[in-house]
Amino acid sequence: MWRRLTQYIKTFSLWDLIGGMRLTGKYFWRKKFTIQYPEEKTPTSPRFRGIHALRRYPNGEERCIACKLCEAVCPALAITIEAEPRADGSRRTTLYEIDLFKCIYCGFCEEACPVDSIVLTNMADYHIENRGENILTKDKLLAIGDKYEAQIAKDRDQDKNYR
Amino acid sequence: MLESIFLIAIIVLKILAIIIGLVVIVLYLTYFERKVIGYMHVRIGPNRVGPWGFWQPFADTIKLLTKEIIVPTPSNRFLFIIAPTLSFGIALIGWVVIPFDQGVVLANLNAGILYSFAVSSLGVYGIMIAGWASNSKYALFGSLRAAAQSISYEISMGFALIGVMMAAGSLNFQDIVNAQNGGFWHWYWLPLLPLFIVYWVSGIAETNRLPFDVAEGESELVAGFHVEYSGVTFALFFFAEYANMVLISTLISLLFLGGWLSPFQGIPYLDSWFAWVPGPLWLLIKVSFFLYCYLWFRATFPRYRYDQIMRLGWKIFIPLTLVWVIVIALAVQFHVSPWFA
Repeated sequence: MWRRLTQYIKTFSLWDLIGGMRLTGKYFWRKKFTIQYPEEKTPTSPRFRGIHALRRYPNGEERCIACKLCEAVCPALAITIEAEPRADGSRRTTLYEIDLFKCIYCGFCEEACPVDSIVLTNMADYHIENRGENILTKDKLLAIGDKYEAQIAKDRDQDKNYR
Repeated sequence: MLESIFLIAIIVLKILAIIIGLVVIVLYLTYFERKVIGYMHVRIGPNRVGPWGFWQPFADTIKLLTKEIIVPTPSNRFLFIIAPTLSFGIALIGWVVIPFDQGVVLANLNAGILYSFAVSSLGVYGIMIAGWASNSKYALFGSLRAAAQSISYEISMGFALIGVMMAAGSLNFQDIVNAQNGGFWHWYWLPLLPLFIVYWVSGIAETNRLPFDVAEGESELVAGFHVEYSGVTFALFFFAEYANMVLISTLISLLFLGGWLSPFQGIPYLDSWFAWVPGPLWLLIKVSFFLYCYLWFRATFPRYRYDQIMRLGWKIFIPLTLVWVIVIALAVQFHVSPWFA
């Protein structure tokens, strides 16, 4: 009896509807969560796996020694390497290509690399405009590595105790 | 001869003024809808085009106007094009009888309420024709739902209007507003409170807005009656929907909230402090309140189930309005002050 009566009163006084509107009205004044993307970015983990890069030693020499471990471990067969001895007798790659369409960003190449040459940076925002640009050549990879070296080194440093 | 040309020119100018004002209000209503709902979702809404996204509606308009109109092959081409035009036209002609201030009205009809009631009921034809002419199952379902819903809610809306007519003793909008003279507590929302709420909710149902938007029902009918429409034809439907929202808000303000009258009438100091505020501004503030509530409802309430809509319309609103019409009749008969003195 009482329950029915209170039910009636609640129904006709629009109690629950007003309660809902109070809630949304309160949220109207809340601080907004939105991150203004190109200007602001969410923080990424040092382990974030974005676009690839080939690193160099501080003296400018490229790290890659063409051991082909990354090519072997790559589950998507995205890496192609060709190598031969350079003029000074050291072993270097003549071709190092990553197909971004094949790559699954698992990070195995980075884990396999004995000289920390191939790495995944925290850059997630890149685009491909023309056919063929999905193939990252050695020059491009080295350029990415040169450009973001500071960030790459910082991420590796933060994570070094856990590797 | 020259005089009649002059008169016609003045009427055309008035019409243009109303249409341009309405277009601007509708454009910015879409902007504020996105902003307000965004804020209630704890987002910030559009903010890229111009400062605070202020030119966003213009970008949207240009986008819609330059897009291709796709006419589906199995559709009825003539009706397919006619439907949005009809919706648009009907959304505009409702404004003929709306007074914006004492004497500021395009056509001061004696039966203004009847006219606007008839026009607001016509709006469903555009939707029905669109749904039928699209020759698509979702569009047809949407338009059928819209038709049934509009017919159901028109009845309770009509009874709510009867209450107002009895209270004011007139069908003319200006007379109705003038009958509410005397400040906030003299307006009809108080003695006609149930009718006010019924009219408000029915108005939301009539314009197919949330929580009564089963005619569109994105999650079940894609977009309902306008699935097949694109470009300008879609823009016309969009405009019609928002213009109807503004119209319903204006009607509620005129009928229940004293139109252009100041809420501070008769209050010693406030009255004179706010005497400089022109009537149309008061009307605009009241209309904005109802429009804000439209957006607030949309951000708050989930969509009604179809049978719940019918139950609300037929089994709750109609009995409620019938009872309150009798109460109002008695109140008018016995001159309950201060409203019916």
